[in-house]
Amino acid sequence: MPLIEVRDLKTYFYTEDGVVRAVDGVDFTIEPEKTLGVVGESGCGKTVAALSVMGLIQIPPGKIETGEILYHRDGKVTELTGLNPKGREYRSIRGNEIAMIFQEPMTSLNPVYTIGNQIMEAIILHQHLKKKEARKKAIEMLHAVGIPVPEQRVDEYPHQLSGGMRQRAMIAMALSCNPSLLIADEPTTALDVTIEAQVLDLMNGLRENFNTAIQFITHDLGVIAQMADDVVIMYLGKIVESATASEIFHNTKHPYTQGLMNSIPSLATTKKERLIPIKGVVPDPFEVPEGCGFEPRCPQAMEICKTKIPPLKEVASCHLAACWLYE
Amino acid sequence: MSSDNILLDVKNLKKYFPVRKGVLRRVVAHVKAVDDIDMYIKEGETLGLVGESGCGKTTTGRTILRLIEPTAGEVRFRSKKLAGQGEEYKEVDVATASRKTLKALRRDMQVIFQDPYSSLNPRMTVGAIVGEPLLVHRVAKGRERENRVRELLAAVGLKPDHMKRYPHEFSGGQRQRIGVARALALDPQLIIADEPVSALDVSIQAQVLNMLEDLQEEFGLTYLFIAHDLSVVKHISDRVAVMYLGKIVELCKTEELFTNPKHPYTEALMSAVPVPDPDYNVERILLEGDVPSPVNPPSGCYFHPRCRYAKDTCKTEAPVYRDLGNEHFVCCHFADSLSLRPVRTG
Repeated sequence: MPLIEVRDLKTYFYTEDGVVRAVDGVDFTIEPEKTLGVVGESGCGKTVAALSVMGLIQIPPGKIETGEILYHRDGKVTELTGLNPKGREYRSIRGNEIAMIFQEPMTSLNPVYTIGNQIMEAIILHQHLKKKEARKKAIEMLHAVGIPVPEQRVDEYPHQLSGGMRQRAMIAMALSCNPSLLIADEPTTALDVTIEAQVLDLMNGLRENFNTAIQFITHDLGVIAQMADDVVIMYLGKIVESATASEIFHNTKHPYTQGLMNSIPSLATTKKERLIPIKGVVPDPFEVPEGCGFEPRCPQAMEICKTKIPPLKEVASCHLAACWLYE
Repeated sequence: MSSDNILLDVKNLKKYFPVRKGVLRRVVAHVKAVDDIDMYIKEGETLGLVGESGCGKTTTGRTILRLIEPTAGEVRFRSKKLAGQGEEYKEVDVATASRKTLKALRRDMQVIFQDPYSSLNPRMTVGAIVGEPLLVHRVAKGRERENRVRELLAAVGLKPDHMKRYPHEFSGGQRQRIGVARALALDPQLIIADEPVSALDVSIQAQVLNMLEDLQEEFGLTYLFIAHDLSVVKHISDRVAVMYLGKIVELCKTEELFTNPKHPYTEALMSAVPVPDPDYNVERILLEGDVPSPVNPPSGCYFHPRCRYAKDTCKTEAPVYRDLGNEHFVCCHFADSLSLRPVRTG
């Protein structure tokens, strides 16, 4: 049984300039203890999809238009979009059973509280521990994420930690209540490669120890290859391809995914090859193409692509793609 | 090393920033942002400069341009525009050049900045931005200037009617093109590109990289390409310099660096880059800890606290930056004896 099932999720934003369909009919499932990678360029809706699951969409201007987010726990099913995002039930889930870490650890930690205080807040709130026990637990968590001398670090402020340390503190905070799902939104994008390697290694280790499922959002295909079991590729608010990681990399179907793979320079090739970029730019969110969203940039576009939106359907076993090429 | 086609020769370049404390603002320490580096760039080549944040790559670029005053060292540049009659070039030391010479030198050395959002004045039209260097250096004005701007925009893949628009009307990739057009305006010999693609999405990044390569061929440009992304640097550079804590630890031909690294830091850096292949299962070399503070660098070799091959010598003696032959420079005591892991090929 899956942990999270998202069905036909549509999250729109009503702005003065028009409606932005940030997430426009998205289906995906997250299996327990597995990592789902969500890949896409900026503005493709990957973060909004995650915030919708967290119940953190600001209403207004945002609105979850339609769709279901089914959360399975202890044989019960909770439909998250039906809950009041500020209500008691959602609050008992958010940060407790579903936790999130953000891209920029400096802006998402509160600069006027010690990191210990910030970790303890979640523990006291959700696990009803006494302050002293919560502090012990916070130190334990900092130790688990590999922060040296946690007894001392627990009383330090975010600005006293380096970028990698802050991201570790964020992870410690997110995992402190032993969540069943951890949503990681570009957790290593702001970090240097050597620190990124440390954090990714840590997350893989923690996943095994804490039995946590991870929804890993990134634009970096290299990171996805290292982290994810299953991958969904998003473009303009829609999922264009979805399969296991090895299928995505070895049996790429959608022209957008192929384009992404061709545009990254490879460390492995010895000779100098010219990159094959995707032509053009991501369309303006107010002027989304009528047919397939990728049609104006697609090297294999056909007549039908201009007018009809391709459905996401099975093109190989356990491999979905939304493209008329596979009709 | 043949010295006849060296465009830029940097020798013992240092930039120390003072750290001031107390009421009297006394200098208590120095941040050694650039700590005695040597390198040269040959005409028409691309030298990549990689390293983690805070290692001094940007300061190096800016000190070479003398946007920041160097503390010590030489930056010898062969300027074509300053050459007298009958001379092919004139060699100038940028680090000590007078204001007047420096202004003339700016026509030969240009820069592209990382952030395409903050490096363009939002109140100026694209035409005014790209044409400004022409005015400042009195190269062209009026109709002539306008035509030149049109040419430049065409060269970077923008349309002439984009001249009348403002930067906010453009996407990140297009803005970076505007920055490149501005850098090209004075027909420079050297362009220092400081992380020109790191703020862009991958599909756009590839477009800009291809454009930079095309322009290099068309205008015979020389690049100093500063970036933190090893795969980008590998793609675009002829030679690569790896920086750590204000020093160059290794510098050699790109292929040599990736197939035959000689410095343990290079090895670790290459191993840390995520490979886009889920079946790639080689164990990564994880460096422990963070980059030390450049105010108070470790004794001996700066890299020794994180180095897995460190021996006692490394703690006390600083290694010398030396040529192993075939233009392979390295700064490690044991460069000859270590056998390091190259990047996976194939």
